[in-house]
Amino acid sequence: MTSSDVADDASSPANRREILSAAFTLSAAIGVIGFVFGVGVISAGGTVAHACVMSLLVFTGASQFSAVSVIASGGTTGAALGGAMLLAARNTVYGLAMSRYIEGSLPKRLVAAQLTIDETTAMATAQDRPEEKRYAFWATGIALFLCWNTGGLIGALVGGSINPETYGLDVAFPAAYVAMVLPHLRHRRGLIAGALGAAICVVLIPFTPVGVPILCAAAAILVGLPPPADPDDIPTEGLPR
Amino acid sequence: MTWTLVLWLAAGAYAFKFLGLVVIGSRPLPSPLERCLDLVPAALLSALVITNTFAIGKDLVIDARLAGVAVAIVAASRRAPFVVVVFLAAATTALLRQVT
Repeated sequence: MTSSDVADDASSPANRREILSAAFTLSAAIGVIGFVFGVGVISAGGTVAHACVMSLLVFTGASQFSAVSVIASGGTTGAALGGAMLLAARNTVYGLAMSRYIEGSLPKRLVAAQLTIDETTAMATAQDRPEEKRYAFWATGIALFLCWNTGGLIGALVGGSINPETYGLDVAFPAAYVAMVLPHLRHRRGLIAGALGAAICVVLIPFTPVGVPILCAAAAILVGLPPPADPDDIPTEGLPR
Repeated sequence: MTWTLVLWLAAGAYAFKFLGLVVIGSRPLPSPLERCLDLVPAALLSALVITNTFAIGKDLVIDARLAGVAVAIVAASRRAPFVVVVFLAAATTALLRQVT
């Protein structure tokens, strides 16, 4: 984050504290999951360098886990790559959604692209005002990037394992997404898109490769196509509280 | 685990992000598309909640995760702080796994 991001930021300190505390909560969970990833790479026959380079350059957890689990179960590089790519494709949609809020020079946007994942998009879009969205995006992105990579390095070095499920850490993510999605469901089209996305996903899970259901759930955004009958129903800036 | 996999995945993952945020996202978008993009979080986050709650690979299962997520829904709709929502959910699931 540059100093100008902070200087332009008109959001109240209370909001920023709230954003930061949420970003740190997520990052703590991500650090532990990153650790588990590091351990996984080693047990799949990879090296510390594989784990670190993957976390630094790929930086999209679901894809990384999927690739490593395919390799660990004896799959080919092609199979590992295919599944991981399907999971990574949704970041294009996130990038589109975030592009209206991420401003600045090309290098800055190139860095922002690397940070465009589930958690950063969710945190950013849960905020009311554009400057808060930007703040949440960068704060969450930087905190996650540091924790994910540190966790991965330690996991790969230590090699031993803790089971995140013992502490319910696997549920930290759906719980976080619940908190972030609720504001989006408080207007009618958001609610329809949410319900439709969930329905598409649940129907496809048993029949399609992992990653495809979430990708197909994006079709639910098409409910936004017809012009709004009630102009108040589509909040473009600031969701109703 | 090979460097071919690591580097191709890195290139592919970044290409997806780059395509959305920089290539397409840099131009002005028609307003119907803008209206659709406003709905991305609603649609995709709901789908992520579903997979993280019910899916194990391609199987749909009901287990201790559901209790945690249900607690999260109650806590979040009562506007509990984010940290509290996540903590309560994780604690509920962890506790249930201890007991069962």
